[in-house]
Order: sequence, then structure tokens, then C-alpha cells
Amino acid sequence: MKIVKIIGLFLLVTLVGIQFFPTSRNQSDTIPRTDFMLVNDVPEQIKNKLQVSCYDCHSNNTAYPWYNKVQPVAWLLENHVKEGRAELNFNEWDSLSSRRKASKLKSIISQIENDEMPLASYTLIHSDAVFSETEKQDIIKFLTELKNK
Amino acid sequence: MKNLKMSIAAMLLLTLSFTNAQEKEKMNMDHSKMNMDGMKMNMDKMQDAKAEAILSDYFVLKEALVADDTKKAAQTSAKLAASLKAIDKSNYTADEQKELADIIADATEHAEHIAKSPIEHQREHFKMLSKDITDMVAITGTKNTLYQQFCPMYDGGSNWLSESSDVKNPYYGSKMPTCGKVIETIEK
Repeated sequence: MKIVKIIGLFLLVTLVGIQFFPTSRNQSDTIPRTDFMLVNDVPEQIKNKLQVSCYDCHSNNTAYPWYNKVQPVAWLLENHVKEGRAELNFNEWDSLSSRRKASKLKSIISQIENDEMPLASYTLIHSDAVFSETEKQDIIKFLTELKNK
Repeated sequence: MKNLKMSIAAMLLLTLSFTNAQEKEKMNMDHSKMNMDGMKMNMDKMQDAKAEAILSDYFVLKEALVADDTKKAAQTSAKLAASLKAIDKSNYTADEQKELADIIADATEHAEHIAKSPIEHQREHFKMLSKDITDMVAITGTKNTLYQQFCPMYDGGSNWLSESSDVKNPYYGSKMPTCGKVIETIEK
């Protein structure tokens, strides 16, 4: 049983140890003029939904949960946000050419349609981020119109 | 018991080296980018060959989708992404360069997605990629006659390019191999 104690102690030390690793936070006070909501005429309801369901990972500003202060959760989140923003950043929407906008819209639509976004690991905790069937239809309709404009 | 101990220790090590490994990966990527720049300089005067290389990868990708071969499509797309990045725009006008840069950026993203997606997604991206490549050919030209083909059924109507006037449908593969028709011949 001694070995169990040693392992337990080791785990504890590691867990405490990793708390000292810093992570960069994705936070900003300003909304750039290139923001998706500012350059497009987005209905209020869809605006709210995008904010709650997408902007945490796809903008320059993440509303962090309290447990982001705890490692290794903070690392996981940091990577998700970084990847999400590299793929699509709503804050920088208008800096894209019309070709790229069409491509991004196409990807957004198909990912929402196939329930690939928001990520299951995100909606597990953010239950308000889930799209209801009606919300899904509304948002896909809006984005499709935007794409075909 | 010993096994358990070993695996716990291994897991901890893995967790600790995770961030480290990611940093290294970043460095490797920078390195390969540098190599690519070097290649570009050596091949400055082979402009058409660069665009042709992109086209040839695109056609291998198209054939892979016709054959429902996800794996080959993925591998070819990774190659295509590299060919796209290697394009040399210096022989074109400022406007064309701007347009090409936009096309290449967009096409690269699609190629990268095709390289890591299941076949339905590969086909979705192939549609947008086909538009990019067609627009690219409008600027760079082609050494072979190409055929723009059209399938009215896939996603409200979709185009692709082919080296042959025979229709082999990349959007449906074996399900509907000959659905579509030639809508435009692009002369060399």
C-alpha cells in the first residue's frame, strides 16, 4: 500500500505544480469595426445566439468560466480558443475578401447543420449555447441569405 | 501494480510534455516554411510550371473523389496545399497578384480541410476549391485544354474542372458516376 501513497503524493505535487504554469488569456475591451455584427444587419435574436454560442472561441474576447483558473483546464481552453480563432474570428470578419467570406459562411452553415458546432465539449458546460431546432433553421436561413447576397 | 504505476507515471509525463511539444511543433512548421521560401527563389522563372503543378494535384484529387477514395483525396490535398503555397505571382500585374493571393489563401484553406475530413466534407470543400482553381486558371492560363463540368444535382448545382470532356462526377462518385455535362471548354 506504500506505493499507492507515493503515487498519490506524486499526483498531488504535480497537480499543485502545474498551477504555476501561466496561460495567455483572450480578452479585449474593444470591438473592432470589422466585427461581423457591425458590418452585417443581424437580427437581435441571432446576434444574441452568436454571442453566446460562438464568440467565446471565435472572437478576441472570451467570457472565461471560473475553472479557467485551474490547470490543466486552462491549457485545454487556451488551445481551443486559439484554434477556434485561427479558423474563424468574427471580430475580424470584414477584413476577409468576399471570396473568403463565402467560404467561411459555407463552413459555418455546414458545421451548424451537422451539429459539429458548437463543440459538444463546450455545450456540455454552456447548455445555453445549444441551438434549438428553430434557432438552427433561423440562423442557417440568415447565413445562407448573407452568402448568396 | 507495477504496470499501473508505470502507466500513471507515463500519463503525468505526457501531460507535462504536452505544452512543450506544441511549442516544438510550431518551430518545425516555421522551419518548413523557410525551406519553401528557398525553393520559391530557385524556381522563379517557372511560373507556368507552378500553376500546372497545382492543376495536376487538383486533378488527382478529383479522380480520388470520383473513386470514393477518401484517403487518397486527403493525401493529395496535403500535396495540393504545398503546391498552392509555392505559387509565384511575380509575373502578374498588381491587380492579378492581389486576386491570386486571395484565391490561393482560400484554396489552401479548402485543401487543408480536405486533408483531414470525411468524404462528405471533402466534397463540400472541393466545390469551393473548384471555383478557386477555375478563377486561378482565368489568370494563369493552362497548357492543356480544360473542361468545366456541371452537376445540377449536388448542392444546388456544382462545377468542377476536368482534363477530359468525359464526365466523371467527383461529387457522387460511384453513386452517380456520369451525372453532369460540359458547360465550358477552356482553351489552352
